[in-house]
Amino acid sequence: MRPADEMELAEAVRGAAAPFVIRGGGTRGIGRPAPGEVLETGGLSGVELYEPGALTLVARAGTPLAEVQAVLAGERQRLSFEPPDLRGLLGRTGEATLGGVAASNASGPRRVQSGAARDSLIGVRFVDGTGAVVKNGGRVMKNVTGYDLVKLMAGSHGTLGVLTEVAFRVQAIPEAEATLVGEGLGAEAALAALRRALGSPFDVSGAAFAGGRALVRVEGMAGSVAYRAGQLRALLGGWAIAEGAASAALWQAVRDVTALAGRPGALWRLSVVPTEALRVPRALEATGIAHEAAWDWGGGLLWLLVPEGGAEVVRAAVKGIGHATLVRGDLPGVPVFPPEPQEVAALTAGLRAKFDPKALFNRGLMG
Amino acid sequence: MQMPEPDAGVIARKAEIVAGLRRLLPADAVIDNPAETRVYECDGLTAYRCPPLAAVLPRTTEEVAAVLRFCQGAGVPVVPRGSGTSLAGGAMPTADALILGLARMNAVLETDYENRFIRVQTGRTNLSVTGAVEADGFFYAPDPSSQLACAIAGNIGMNSGGAHCLKYGVTTNNLLGVTLVTMAGEVVTIGGPWSDAGGLDLLGVICGSEGQLGVVTEAWLRILPKPEGARPVLMGFGSSEDAGACVAAIIKSGILPVAIEFMDRPCIRATEDFCKAGYPDCEALLIVEVEGSPAEIDEQLVRIKDIAAAHEPVAIREAADEDEAKRIWLGRKSAFGAMGQMGDYMCLDGTIPVSELPRVLNRIGEMSRETGLMVANVFHAGDGNMHPLILFDANRPGDLERVEELGADILKLCVEVGGCLTGEHGVGIEKRDLMPVQFGPADLEAQMRVKDVFDPRWLMNPAKVFPLEASAGRRAG
Ligand SMILES: Cc1cc2nc3c(=O)[nH]c(=O)nc-3n(C[C@H](O)[C@H](O)[C@@H](O)COP(=O)(O)OP(=O)(O)OC[C@H]3O[C@@H](n4cnc5c(N)ncnc54)[C@H](O)[C@@H]3O)c2cc1C
Ligand SMILES: Cc1cc2nc3c(=O)[nH]c(=O)nc-3n(C[C@H](O)[C@H](O)[C@H](O)COP(=O)(O)OP(=O)(O)OC[C@H]3O[C@@H](n4cnc5c(N)ncnc54)[C@H](O)[C@@H]3O)c2cc1C
Repeated sequence: MRPADEMELAEAVRGAAAPFVIRGGGTRGIGRPAPGEVLETGGLSGVELYEPGALTLVARAGTPLAEVQAVLAGERQRLSFEPPDLRGLLGRTGEATLGGVAASNASGPRRVQSGAARDSLIGVRFVDGTGAVVKNGGRVMKNVTGYDLVKLMAGSHGTLGVLTEVAFRVQAIPEAEATLVGEGLGAEAALAALRRALGSPFDVSGAAFAGGRALVRVEGMAGSVAYRAGQLRALLGGWAIAEGAASAALWQAVRDVTALAGRPGALWRLSVVPTEALRVPRALEATGIAHEAAWDWGGGLLWLLVPEGGAEVVRAAVKGIGHATLVRGDLPGVPVFPPEPQEVAALTAGLRAKFDPKALFNRGLMG
Repeated sequence: MQMPEPDAGVIARKAEIVAGLRRLLPADAVIDNPAETRVYECDGLTAYRCPPLAAVLPRTTEEVAAVLRFCQGAGVPVVPRGSGTSLAGGAMPTADALILGLARMNAVLETDYENRFIRVQTGRTNLSVTGAVEADGFFYAPDPSSQLACAIAGNIGMNSGGAHCLKYGVTTNNLLGVTLVTMAGEVVTIGGPWSDAGGLDLLGVICGSEGQLGVVTEAWLRILPKPEGARPVLMGFGSSEDAGACVAAIIKSGILPVAIEFMDRPCIRATEDFCKAGYPDCEALLIVEVEGSPAEIDEQLVRIKDIAAAHEPVAIREAADEDEAKRIWLGRKSAFGAMGQMGDYMCLDGTIPVSELPRVLNRIGEMSRETGLMVANVFHAGDGNMHPLILFDANRPGDLERVEELGADILKLCVEVGGCLTGEHGVGIEKRDLMPVQFGPADLEAQMRVKDVFDPRWLMNPAKVFPLEASAGRRAG
C-alpha cells in the first residue's frame, strides 16, 4: 500500500485488521522480517516549509533525505545530527526518508556536540493504530505545551504510529572544519585521548576511533577552528591535522561505519558509558570469539562485528553499562532490541497497546 | 480558576490518612498543621491557592515509594513539588491532595568527569548542580532565571530552559536518565549514563510531563566543560522590527551565540529607572553573548556588529571588561524586578517562529493600545520564546479579568502564527483551558493515553495540563 496523503493513510488504518510493515526508503529497517503488507510512505513527500532564518524545516515523512539535504545545502544549512548512510554497512539499497530517520533516531558523529535526531526533532504528525491523526510539538524550538510525544515517536521504529510529517531544527554549515588524527594508538590510549578532548573547553564536534585511527573534530569560523585545533593538538600530543574536504571524508567514513562494511557476521550497535567501552570487546576476547570494533561518540557508541555467535557474551557484558541492539544478523532466538527490565517493559507494552491496540504496525519488531 | 470538587471522602479521612503516613515516615517528614502547610498552598502563580490535605518531605526513594503506594491504596491524589517556583500553577494542590516535596532530597550521588555526567537527588537546586562541578571546570547548561531556587525535580517536570538554551538546549537535551516512582509505588530506572534509549524513549515523555506520570527522585544529568570565556554586546535599534530582523540575520549567518535577549522601550525605561544600567534611549535593544577564547570572541563580535550594521543600529556597546559585561546584563537581569516596581504584572510565555517577531510585536502593540493595558516585552529572542508582561493594578476590580483576556488573546496570536502556548513555564492550571487552541481532541487524547499507562487512576497531579472537560471521564476514574 502506498497512500497518497495523510487522509488516505488514516482511512486505510481505520479499516485495517491485518498488520503492516512500515517502510520509508527501506534502506535500513532492522530486525527480522515482520508479518504484513508493506505500507510505503513515499507518497507522503515534499518539503512543506523551510525557514532558514528561523532554522526550521517541515517536511512530509516520505521525503527523501537526499532531497532535504539538497534544499538545506542551498542555504548553507544542514541537519546537525549528521544522519548516517548505512546502506553499505547493512547491504541495502534504496533512498532513506526523513520519516525513517526520525523513526529510527538515526544520529551520527556530531551527536556528542549537538545531540541526536530526537534532540533536533521539534514536531510530528502521525497516524496511530486507531486511524486517528495526531499532532505534537510544532515548528518552534522551545515548546512545553503538553506532553512531549515528539521524543516518544523518535526512535519508536514505527511501532506507535506512522509518521506523516516531521519538523526539524536545522543548523548553519560552519565555514571551516579540522580533524586531529592520532595514528598508532591502542584502543585504550585512543579512547582515553578522546575523553580528554571531550572534557576540554574546545567544543569538539566529533570523537571517534576506527581502523587504528583516533579522530577529533572541531568546526566553526576559520580563526576559531585554527585556534581550537592548535589547542587540542597541544593537549593530545602532536597529532596530524586534516582540514576541509579531507576532514569531511574522514567523518563520512566514521558516520557510515565503513570500517566494518561489506563483511559477513552479526553486527551490533552498543550505547555505553564511554569509560566502559572496552568491556564488551574484552569479554569476547576472553571467550575466544573473533570480532572487530569501531567507536564513535568518544567511546559512547560501539559498533561490533562478530562473525560467529557471541550474543550471550555481548548482552551479558553490556549489562549495567549500556545496551546492545542487533542491527544485522540472523541469530535465532536473540531479540533485536535490548531486553528491558520488567517494569520498563510493562510501560512500553502499555503505550503500545494504547497507541496501536490492534498491533497493526511492525508487529513484533520492538519488544 | 475552576478546579474540580475535592473528594469529600478523602478530606473526611484526613486524620486516618495522616496517621497512616506517620507510620511510614519519620515524625518530622509529615506536616499537617494548617500553619505549616501554608507555604504549600501555591507555587509561583500566587493568584491561585488552596491548602493541601497535608505535606510530606521524604528523604529517600524508598520513602517516596512507600508514600505513593499508600496514597494509591487510599485514593489520595498526590502533587509532586520541587521548589514551588512554577509560574503555571503546576504544583498547586487541591484540598484533597497530598503535597510530596523533594526539598530534603538534595544530595549529589555521583560525579563523573570522564563520562561527563552527574547523578543527583532531584530536590537539589539547579544552580547548586553547577556549584558541585564548577571548581573542576564543568557546568550544567540549562539555566532558568529561577536557577538559584528551582529544583532539578521541577526542571524535569517543566522541561525548563534559560537564556543559554539557544546553544545548549533545554532540560530534555541534557537529561540522561531518571529514577521514577510511579503512583503504584514502583521504582523504575529509565535511561542511564549512556546516550541513547534502548527501546522507546520514555525519558523524553517524562521530561515535561508536569509531575503527572510519576515522581522523579534521582537524575543523571549531562555536564559540559566550561568555555574559556564569554562576552556580551548590547545593540540598540530604532524599532522592534529592526531588532527582530537582526536576530534572524544573526541566526542565519551561522554564528551561534549562547544568548540573544530582547527588550523593548517600556521595559528599557522601567529598568533604567530601577537600576540605571545606562542603556541607550531606543525602541528596542538586543544583548548578544558569545563564548570562546578572547580571540574567538572578538571574531564573533566583529561579525555580529557587521550584521547589525545592516539594520540601522542606533547604539552598539561592547563589554571591554568583566565590569562592563556585568552592567550590560544588569538591566536584563533586573527587568522583572523593575517591572514589579511599576505595579502588578502578568508574565506570559508563548513561543513564535523567529521570523514572525516583527509582526507579532507590532500586533501586541496594537492590542495594548486597544485595551489600554500596558505591555512590555523582554525575552529570549534567539528561540522566539516571548514573555510579554501585562501591567495592571490588582486592587482595581475587573483588571485581572481584562488582563487574563488580553493574555489569552496574545497566546492565541502566538499559536496562529505557528508558535505555541508555552515555551518554558508549562501549562499547569494557568493554560489548561487554552489547550484546545493548539490541540484538537485527538491530539489531547493521545497525550492523555500516556497518563493512562503511567497512572491509570489519574491520582498524580490531577486537573493540570488537560482541560477539565477533556479529562473528566478519566478523573472520575
Ligand atoms: C536499532 C537501530 C539503530 C540504528 N541506528 C542508526 C544510526 O545510529 N544511524 C543511522 O543512520 N541509522 C541507524 N539506523 C538505521 C535507520 O533505520 C536509518 O537511518 C533510516 O534513515 C532509514 O530511513 P528509511 O526511510 O530507509 O527507513 P526504513 O528503512 O524504511 O525504515 C526504518 C524504520 O523506521 C520505520 N519507519 C520508516 N518510515 C516511517 C514512518 N513514516 N513512520 C513510522 N515509522 C517509519 C520503519 O518501519 C523501520 O522500522 C538504525 C536502525 C535501527 C533499527
Ligand atoms: C523569577 C522566576 C523566573 C523563572 N524563569 C524561568 C526560566 O527562565 N525558564 C524556565 O523554564 N522557567 C522559569 N521559571 C519557572 C520555574 O522556575 C520553572 O518551571 C522550574 O523548573 C520549576 O522548578 P521547581 O523545582 O520550583 O518546581 P515546582 O514549581 O515545585 O514544580 C513544577 C512542576 O514540576 C512538577 N514536579 C516537581 N517535582 C517533581 C518530581 N520530583 N517529579 C515529577 N514532577 C515534579 C510539579 O508537579 C509541577 O508540575 C521562573 C520562575 C520564576 C519564579
